[in-house]
Amino acid sequence: MGRMKFIIGGLLILGAVVYLIFSSTQASAEYFMTVDELNAKGASIVGQNVRLSGAVVGDTIQYDPKTLTLSFQIAHVTGDNNQIEAQGGLAAVLHAAVIDPNRARIKVVYSGPKPDLLKNEAQAIMTGHLGSDGIFHADELLLKCPTKYQDAVPSQTAN
Amino acid sequence: MLAEIGYGILVVAFFVALYSVGAAIYGERKKSPAIVESARRAMLLLWPLITLSAACLIYLLVTNHFEVSFVYEVTSRSMPTYLKITAWWGGQAGSLVFWSWLMSAFASLVTLRKWDRDREFLPWVIVVTSITTAFFVGLAVFYENPFAFMWFDKAGQVVKAMIQPIGTTPVPLPADGNGLNPLLRHPGMIIHPPMLYLGFVSFVIPYAFAMAALITGRTDDRWIRITRRWTLVAWLFLSAGLVLGSRWAYDVLGWGGFWGWDPVEIAALMPWLTGTAFLHSVMIQEKRGMLKHWNMILIILTYALVIFGTFLTRSGVLSSVHAFAQSAIGPAFFAFIGVTFITSIALVIYRWPELRGETEMKSMLSREALFLLNNLLFMSVLVVCFWGVIFPLISELVTGQKITVGPPFYLRATGPLFAGLMLLMGIAPLSAWGHSTFKTLGRALWKSAVVALVITVVLFFTYTQNAIALTGFFLIAFVLLVTLVEFWRATLARMKTQNENFFVALWTLVGRNRRRYGGYVIHVSMMLMAIGILGINVFQVDTQQSLSHGQSIKLGDYTLTFNDLKQFPNMVNGQEERYVNRAEISLSENGKFLTVLYPRYDVYPDGQPMTIPGLYSTLKGDVYVILVNWESSSANLAPFKVFINPLINWLWIGSILFIFGILIAAWPEREAELVTARTRRVHQTSAAD
Repeated sequence: MGRMKFIIGGLLILGAVVYLIFSSTQASAEYFMTVDELNAKGASIVGQNVRLSGAVVGDTIQYDPKTLTLSFQIAHVTGDNNQIEAQGGLAAVLHAAVIDPNRARIKVVYSGPKPDLLKNEAQAIMTGHLGSDGIFHADELLLKCPTKYQDAVPSQTAN
Repeated sequence: MLAEIGYGILVVAFFVALYSVGAAIYGERKKSPAIVESARRAMLLLWPLITLSAACLIYLLVTNHFEVSFVYEVTSRSMPTYLKITAWWGGQAGSLVFWSWLMSAFASLVTLRKWDRDREFLPWVIVVTSITTAFFVGLAVFYENPFAFMWFDKAGQVVKAMIQPIGTTPVPLPADGNGLNPLLRHPGMIIHPPMLYLGFVSFVIPYAFAMAALITGRTDDRWIRITRRWTLVAWLFLSAGLVLGSRWAYDVLGWGGFWGWDPVEIAALMPWLTGTAFLHSVMIQEKRGMLKHWNMILIILTYALVIFGTFLTRSGVLSSVHAFAQSAIGPAFFAFIGVTFITSIALVIYRWPELRGETEMKSMLSREALFLLNNLLFMSVLVVCFWGVIFPLISELVTGQKITVGPPFYLRATGPLFAGLMLLMGIAPLSAWGHSTFKTLGRALWKSAVVALVITVVLFFTYTQNAIALTGFFLIAFVLLVTLVEFWRATLARMKTQNENFFVALWTLVGRNRRRYGGYVIHVSMMLMAIGILGINVFQVDTQQSLSHGQSIKLGDYTLTFNDLKQFPNMVNGQEERYVNRAEISLSENGKFLTVLYPRYDVYPDGQPMTIPGLYSTLKGDVYVILVNWESSSANLAPFKVFINPLINWLWIGSILFIFGILIAAWPEREAELVTARTRRVHQTSAAD
């Protein structure tokens, strides 16, 4: 009897923790996606948290310093590291993505100051969501220039 | 030449460590004290050896020997000498040497104690500490050599090696090194890694004794008593390391927060969680002879997480899980963690019958039951953290789609668990060992609960209607009241019986029961920290705007006016160390002028920027302004981001009190006192403690 009490109590706690983990995972999962994958999902992904990456197309960068509104397009880049290596490294892949007019592109809007690293052929990694207007609304914007910052800065600076 | 000597000594240290492992096992099996003594001496030799090797490395760092690849990577001519020295642990290869150096120092300290009563533990403690030292020295010798030179191979790629590999040409001596990342040139960052490492390494000592207890079959609580102080010291350093890291993030990274649930932060938090659970549950073994299996598993987990944490924080696998495969030392780390973990667990299973509890747990409200619940909650937080770190891997394996979870996941999942822990902090200290009922507990707690409720209601009408915040504030008030009342009641009792004045009574009370009252001080400090954490998580507001001279931002009751921007190079020894962009902002609250703030955006010659916030700190909270990504091209418009972080300073105040509390609990007691305390305990265990 005494033992039963503890076993039941333990199981209840275990159940609560499992529920907590699963419900929290569902509520805040962020999907890693490339532009192609995002386009393939279409409307079903609207509003979900997504971490999207792609190559910045330099000509499309628009910035209004008064309102701190930043918009640009990114071109599809594969998310597979092995493929990137096979195609000659990140810099080459980004370059190929930007000059290819047939690559899928998507417009990104971000509210905030324009980062120094936002340049043509930079790799942009954004968290945000796809709006019903087909524009990706980024809450967080992280940029990598493969040539310059080979030695990674501690990851916390990503914020 | 010095590089070769330093490397040579490291190689010698590696074999000496292996010898001490072998000799200790052999001597123990053959029952030969002489051979065990030889193992002990070999182990004592490790620290001087590694110190010498480290001295070589530091000399190379300080004297700009850029032909050595590690020196080239982490220092540059413009760095002041103290930063060149601290660069020792600024990069992976050097930090492996640093880790081994600390490990050998602690192992030596432990073997220098008197062993009369615990002779049988000695060989096994040597085995565990020397294996650990050998592992880290071995990594430096075979995989990440801090003394290696640089060579070009045929393809023009740089190869690192001690001796010129065939078919390579030497790299010409670089004129200057890469230098330490400017973001890391901060006092908090200089002592933060050593603090974490001290914490990590000290946890190896209780683990070594636990293993010794399992192997020798002496599974009473002796190993816990011997290592109690080591555990507290480990906890102290680990906690201090976490706090310093948070403060650094808050001061330097310029994103308005102090904890980002980054995998690296979690890697340092995980051993802290198991360590904290361990600290609590060993008390049950000491007082009631229960939870022996559990304590073993906790310390084994802590050791595994310590090694894992060292790996994650220093191997450069930080952001991308895919990099595991690319890092040379990844497989070595996983093999080591796997082998030690499986061996340890096998030992626990082997000794399972001997580790049975001496008493049964009966009452759900007894102190041991509540401690067990506390342990379960800590483990649940650990599971949440672990899940968050490995979830991207699992989801990719199972669904082919990489999914990650961010801070919202951790906040949501750990929030209720931390709330549960807070509630326990209020209840458990008043419950009795063996048996408690709702009635006895209720009688002890209802007044504090009612007062906490009144405070919460007042807060509801005056401060916030946010349910999470109110729940948090209720728990904080409840725990603070319960704990302070405990201090108050015991002090008053002493004043009456011993005829002492208040301060003498309080002083002797705490002095006589350092562990208990040190623990209470830690609980109080946790609550202060909780105020700050709740404040920033629930009430943080922010806004951003570009301002031209004379324009203002309004946020909450505050108005920030942009007065001026100064741009100038900061010169060190006639060289431009960095280019400073410093804004001047006047801050006023409800129209009343408060102060002038100087947020900065500094750019180092290599292009690395550093954002230094302008801070106005009070107990009410911080006004935190940053000048963001300043580009000189848009000269008369400066972009600012402003955060109001309510109550955040309670976090730092709590942290200081926290360290103080651990010091009280860990302060050495004289042996005589220990003995009387122990005999007293035997008499008292049946009564309410």
